[in-house]
This record gives sequence, C-alpha cells and structure tokens, in this order.
Amino acid sequence: MDALSQPAVRADRLAKVYKTSTAVAGISFSLARGSITGLLGGNGAGKTTTIAMLMGLVTPTSGSMRVLGAEMPRERYHVLQRMNFESPYVEMPMRLTVRQNLRVFGMLYGVPHLPERIAAIAADLDLTELLDRPTGKLSAGQKTRVALAKALINTPELLLLDEPTASLDPDTADWIRSHLERYRDRHGATMLIASHNMAEVERLCDRVIFMKRGRIEDDDTPARLRERYRRDTLEEVFLDVARGRDEQEAAR
Amino acid sequence: MSPAAIAFSPRRIAALVLRYWYLLRSSWARLTELIYWPAVQMLMWGFLQTYLSQQTSTFARAGGVLVGAVLLWDILFRGQLGFSVSFLEEMYARNLGNLMISPLRASEFIVALMIMSIVRLAIGMVPVTLLAIAFFGFNLWALGLALAAFFLNLMLTAWAVGILVSGLVLRNGLGAETFAWSIMFLFLPLTCVYYPVAVLPPWLQGFAWGLPPTYVFEGMRALLMAHTFRADLMIQALVLNAGWFAAAIAAFLALLASARRNGSLMQTGE
Repeated sequence: MDALSQPAVRADRLAKVYKTSTAVAGISFSLARGSITGLLGGNGAGKTTTIAMLMGLVTPTSGSMRVLGAEMPRERYHVLQRMNFESPYVEMPMRLTVRQNLRVFGMLYGVPHLPERIAAIAADLDLTELLDRPTGKLSAGQKTRVALAKALINTPELLLLDEPTASLDPDTADWIRSHLERYRDRHGATMLIASHNMAEVERLCDRVIFMKRGRIEDDDTPARLRERYRRDTLEEVFLDVARGRDEQEAAR
Repeated sequence: MSPAAIAFSPRRIAALVLRYWYLLRSSWARLTELIYWPAVQMLMWGFLQTYLSQQTSTFARAGGVLVGAVLLWDILFRGQLGFSVSFLEEMYARNLGNLMISPLRASEFIVALMIMSIVRLAIGMVPVTLLAIAFFGFNLWALGLALAAFFLNLMLTAWAVGILVSGLVLRNGLGAETFAWSIMFLFLPLTCVYYPVAVLPPWLQGFAWGLPPTYVFEGMRALLMAHTFRADLMIQALVLNAGWFAAAIAAFLALLASARRNGSLMQTGE
C-alpha cells in the first residue's frame, strides 16, 4: 500500500487515563485522506484529549496511532511540519503584529518563500489591511482569521480544529466554513473538527464520530445518522447520543 | 520527509529569538525594567563601598570589590531571569500550545531562551557597567580574559537554573512561577557574593563549594584584592557547571515528558 492510499490518521485502542479519571477509553478510528470528520460529544467526552494525543501534546496511556504515516508520539518530528491546529482557546502572542506572528510561525514550520506566502494567505483570509496591527487589538472574528492563517501557513495535509467558529457572529462563522471547504478542495487536506455547532458539522463534515465518556458511541455520515436515529437534524441526534436515547424518549 | 526537516534547526531557533525580540521592542516598560534594577543595585552598593573605603583601610585597599560583586551577581541573577522570563512570556501569552505542536524541538527552545538571556542581559548590563565607570571608576571590562571566564561560568549556572525552573513551570503551571523570581536568592548567601567562603560555618562551606558561582566570586576577590587570576577556580567551576547543566537538561526533559503524560501542556494556566 503506498503512502497516499493509507489513512491520514489511524488510532488503535487509544486510551488516556489520568489519576482519577479516564479521558479516552480505548478508541479506534481512521481518517481517510482528504476527508472532513466531525468529532462530537458533550463537555468531557474526550474530544480535546483525542486531538491533543494526535498532535503529540498528550502521551497516550495505551494504544497506538499513526499520523501521516508516522508513529505518534515517537516519530512526531517527522510529521509536525505537515500538520497544524487551530483553536480559539490557544491564543496567538497579542503584542506581536499579525505579520510578525505569521513570520515567526512560518519560520518554525520551515515555510519556503515566506514573505510571498504571508501575502498570499493574508489575501485569502482578508487580513492584508490588518498585517501591521497588533494581534491583541483585533476583534474576535479577526483574531480567529489570524489563528486560521497561522494554522494554514504551512499548507498542512492534516488540519485539526477545536471549535473553529466558537463565539463568532453567523456571518464570520459562515465565512470561515467556506474558507475551510475551499482549502480542502484545493489541497486535498484531511480535517478533524471538534465542534458543538451541529449546523457547522452538517455542512462541512463527510463523517461524524460521536464520543461520550471517552468512548466512540457512533460513527457515520450525517445523513445516515439522521436516518438511523429517525431525526430531522444532527442536533437531535446529538441529544439522543449525549443523553441516551431512552432518557430522551422518557423526557417526551 | 527528508532528514533535514527533522534535524536541529537554526531557523527555528531564529524564529523564536525573533518572537522574543519583537515582544521586547514592543514594550518600553520591558526594556526599562532590564536596566532599572541593575542600575539601582550597582549605585547603592557603589556608594556603600565609597563610604566604607573612607572608614577602613581594608576596604580602601579592596577597591571595587563590592561593585564588582554586585555586577557579577547581576550577571548570574539577570542571566537566569532573562531565560525564565522569556519562557514565562509564553505562559502569559497562552502560546505554549502553539509552540509544542510545531516542529520546534525542546533543544531548540532551550537554545533560543539561552540566546535571549544574553540579549536581555546585554541590554541591562552594558549601560550599568558604563555607569560603574562614571560613578566609581570601576571598569569591569578591564578584567579582560578573567571577565570572560567569570561570565562563562556564571551564565552556565544561570542557564542551568533557568532550565530547571522552566521545567517546573511546564509541569506545574504558573503556580510554580514564584521559583523563577526567587530561587536564585538562595544562591546569594551560599555562593558568598559579598564575603569570602571562610566566613561561613565549616559545615556550610561544603554546600558553598558545590555551587559553581562560589568559585567565580572567590576568583573575583583574588583578582581585585591580590591581583591574582585563579585559573584553578575557574576550571573547577567549569567542571561543576558541566554537571549542573547536564542535570538541568535531564530534569527539563523528564518534566516535559511528565507534562505530556499528565496533560499539563493543554492547560498552561495556574
């Protein structure tokens, strides 16, 4: 099997146990190259820990994972240059201007022709006018676009996103989603998106993985999940999974 | 992926140095602070020495010992602070996650912080050494090669302590920040900055000789009071520093691995 036909991510019985709790309880999944997968679940379901393990930020207690062909976390330095991450909860240095931030991260990721790349990505994300302004003085929507520019500076093959449109107005959120779709279409990138926004997941994702208490509760396309749970929206499916279907029925 | 892509990278070190340089030059308060405290310290000890030298012949003969001690102490203290503060800036900015998921290696991070400690020290100390010449006629630069030996040994200790403190903050969050500001003060009495080791009780002298800066301060007094450069002391300090530095790196890597295991890198607050 050649490298391109292998999944971008393959996790096998991946688990993370802390002293007093189990964050991820032995999950297995794979992400096909070029796919966009939504990782859904309530707070504490294990989504962020799963993403953190894929990035090498958290060491798994057991299980194995391969990311872009490299065994993580042992071979993390083979692939970190080809992946990136964006979350509104991880901030960019506020006192640095947008251009300075992009320059620093571009150098960290070994991006060639960096000034041209910064100009191109700023044009793509409508940041050209903001390049010389301190990042801390931007609005929430502008900061999200800067964080996305940082996440795309190295043209990643694998993009991990943790609630990429949290606390954004509907217009800005829609703009970000459109950009992510275009990026996938243009570069064939693989994306894993942890989100609480069901409309976002329905629009962007080819597939949804539902997590609950560290386990995968369900895994399918949004359409098939709606059909199987006999619901009109993914949000209703989410509630079924999060609360347990029987409890839902009883509540009615 | 080519081996070059995963090798130790000067470009990534330059990226991080650039990040701290941008931060430093964006804030006049940060720049002023680098000069303010060393200048205040040096002036206070300098005037005290002037007064004492008028009262006793011992101090009159030991011209510049107190000013020299305070300048060398500041190299040690500010060197560690320069390392630790740059690291803490990442915690304050909540940017550590971005760095830890980038291809930046721990060794590159440490080298960048070492470079920044020298940059911050130079900004603070060069003007203060010139003030020492202007106010008290004490020229630290005239120590020549001896100054280079003192500087090398003091910086190695400063970096070792800075690396250890950064590891503690990485593992325990900003709750451990206080070590960055206070740990070096433990060295102040034990490394005998302002007095000879012989002043300490015999049982404490053993501890003192386990600390590399003790050899530097003894060497400085030998140079200024007896006009003798004690190369033996500098070599002993260098050997001890090699051990301290290696131990600090090992501790940092162990604390980083522990932080990855317990998920501390995901929450870099308190």
